[in-house]
Amino acid sequence: MSTAVSARPKRGAGLKGRVVAMPKPLKITLWVLLALLAYALPLLEPPIISPPGTDFGGVLFTVTIYCLVALGLNIVVGYAGLLDLGYVGFYAIGAYTAAILTSFHANWPLLLALPVAVAASTLSGVLLGAPTLRVRGDYLAIVTLGFGEIIRLVATNTEWLGAAKGISNIDRPPGPALFEIPHLNWDTGTPLLDFNDTTTVLQFGVLDQIPYYWLGLTVVILMLFADRLVKDSRVGRAWEATREDEDAAELMGVPTFRFKLLAFATGAFIGGLAGALYASRQSFINPLSFLLLYSILFLAAVVVGGQGNRWGVLVGAFLVAYLPERFRDFADFRVLAFGAALMALAIFRPEGLLPPRRTVRAKQMEQEIDALEEGAETDGETSRA
Amino acid sequence: MNFEFLFNNFPELTITGLAFGAIYALIALGYTMVYGVLQLINFAHSEVFAYGTFAALWTVLALGGDAGVSSGRGIAILVAALVAAMLVSAAIALLLERVAYRPLLKRNAPRLIALISAIGASFVLAELLGLRDRVAGWFGLEESLSEYVSGARINRSMPTLLERKKLFSFFGYDVTVIDVIVIVAAIVMMFALDQFVRRSRLGRGIRATAQDAETAALMGVNSTRAVQVTFLLGGLMAGAAAFLYMLKIETTRFDVGFLLGVKAFTAAVLGGIGNLRGALLGGLVLGVAENWGSALLGSEWRDVVAFVLLVVILLFRPTGILGESLGKART
Repeated sequence: MSTAVSARPKRGAGLKGRVVAMPKPLKITLWVLLALLAYALPLLEPPIISPPGTDFGGVLFTVTIYCLVALGLNIVVGYAGLLDLGYVGFYAIGAYTAAILTSFHANWPLLLALPVAVAASTLSGVLLGAPTLRVRGDYLAIVTLGFGEIIRLVATNTEWLGAAKGISNIDRPPGPALFEIPHLNWDTGTPLLDFNDTTTVLQFGVLDQIPYYWLGLTVVILMLFADRLVKDSRVGRAWEATREDEDAAELMGVPTFRFKLLAFATGAFIGGLAGALYASRQSFINPLSFLLLYSILFLAAVVVGGQGNRWGVLVGAFLVAYLPERFRDFADFRVLAFGAALMALAIFRPEGLLPPRRTVRAKQMEQEIDALEEGAETDGETSRA
Repeated sequence: MNFEFLFNNFPELTITGLAFGAIYALIALGYTMVYGVLQLINFAHSEVFAYGTFAALWTVLALGGDAGVSSGRGIAILVAALVAAMLVSAAIALLLERVAYRPLLKRNAPRLIALISAIGASFVLAELLGLRDRVAGWFGLEESLSEYVSGARINRSMPTLLERKKLFSFFGYDVTVIDVIVIVAAIVMMFALDQFVRRSRLGRGIRATAQDAETAALMGVNSTRAVQVTFLLGGLMAGAAAFLYMLKIETTRFDVGFLLGVKAFTAAVLGGIGNLRGALLGGLVLGVAENWGSALLGSEWRDVVAFVLLVVILLFRPTGILGESLGKART
């Protein structure tokens, strides 16, 4: 029996081991190729992946925004273990700050408004966190939920914030028109270069959303590096210790409150950035873009993918953002199918699609212990008989 | 700040606030009991309520209720609607427990996953209501059931069966029979539930499971049964709330549960989650504060008042007004 238990993890390690064992230059080349593929994806427009009838670039931009949000929320929920049901509030603060500064009350360029928007949402994270992070567990969930709703309702009811009409003409990022790249056309079954359908590189226009996707993807990649650095640092360890056992962490000298606040502020930072980018792409926002439903979708992205694992949450974000777009044909039944998928996932894969290594290890150990205990019990019974 | 309006209409605002608060409180019971026993936010409880409103509406339609029927017949139809709402809500709650929670509890899944499962269940249930014309179409019943399933995504209203008769005057506000029914019914149901949980054998099992599920199981409490009874009671209360809501508001739609659910959960937290009397107090406080606040600041600020109140109370009393615990001894 012990062979059966220990044989299991080896199979998973095979492929992984091969990747890890590769020489470093090869690994880096592999990653760069993957990144290039990701950048080129909207130009290739592969037949099955590309959703029919909608702009693939726009869909991919939405995916990158969800990825960004999921990375931010993963810090709060996955690393620090704080349940946040009002994450859309930070997203809204970022979007509204950018909107107000570039269009509604001032005429700032977006690049100047972006840091202010991010600072505003980080500040709101600290202001919300400082009093509420002392409240534990599920109370924090409902307080953050209340916060998200308050932000939305205030935006709906305040003329100064555009009220229900929203704010339009939000500034776009500046970009020189450098050269044009043709898309691929798959209509005939074989890929052909289509020179009627081109993307002007780095021209952030209304119709062509691909440059936005590139911008979003770049930000996501930068965030992935930052996330990796933070997670492996003292801060990341402190977050995980706080999540696992707050009292023990405090006793070991981790100032848990300060680290929880830091996690909250970091999450708010990324949320605000995502919101500001979203506002710039849409060029128009209104309170309906910040419903409680989105907080729930963001949380679903994190939990579905495997909270605590940055690749996992990216997969989750991709699924949550992309599947409803891909299956627009089922328009009416989208939400129904999504709900059923969430339930199925929770029941059949409770640790998420790609759980962090830690969780997998803990689960394996639990199984081994169970197996040993069962063995001991059967032994006991036989000896009694 | 419209203080004049608040003072001139103070009695009316208070009474209608209490009526709303009573409905919140009845729904909040479902959240608070499930939380007390399983430490789990039953996100799908809002749908339990929504199905109750439709059960009441459909019963009234099926029994041919409209504004013209005699008052005796009208009351009989309403009683039938109440029973139907309670039964349907209880059935939905039990179904939820069976499908969305029990498989997770068996595997000892993390609590956040149970929340995701509940969110999924909530989407599925709400969308099934919102697509009920299509669902009926699968069985070819769209025509014959059109009275019930048409207008699946818009407001559906129930005919008025009970005249809004003035019963007595409360400082110049004519209290209607509906207000009295809603408040009294809610308080009576709460009292009955409280006594049941305190005194009956099943209630003791629930409290024991809430305190320490493992020890309770060792002492012979069937914990699966205790959880089932918890969901059943929550469902019954939500069904009663749904009926009272239909009596007072008279319209419903497929996503009616969402806002009511959020408010009711707020009420549960406000009073101290896991605490039955806290749910009543939290609901009433929330209903009245909302009404006063919206009179003072304008009705568009109603929900903001509710959430700000919640945040402020939790800051000063992190476990709610009455403190938590269904099992009493749990700290």
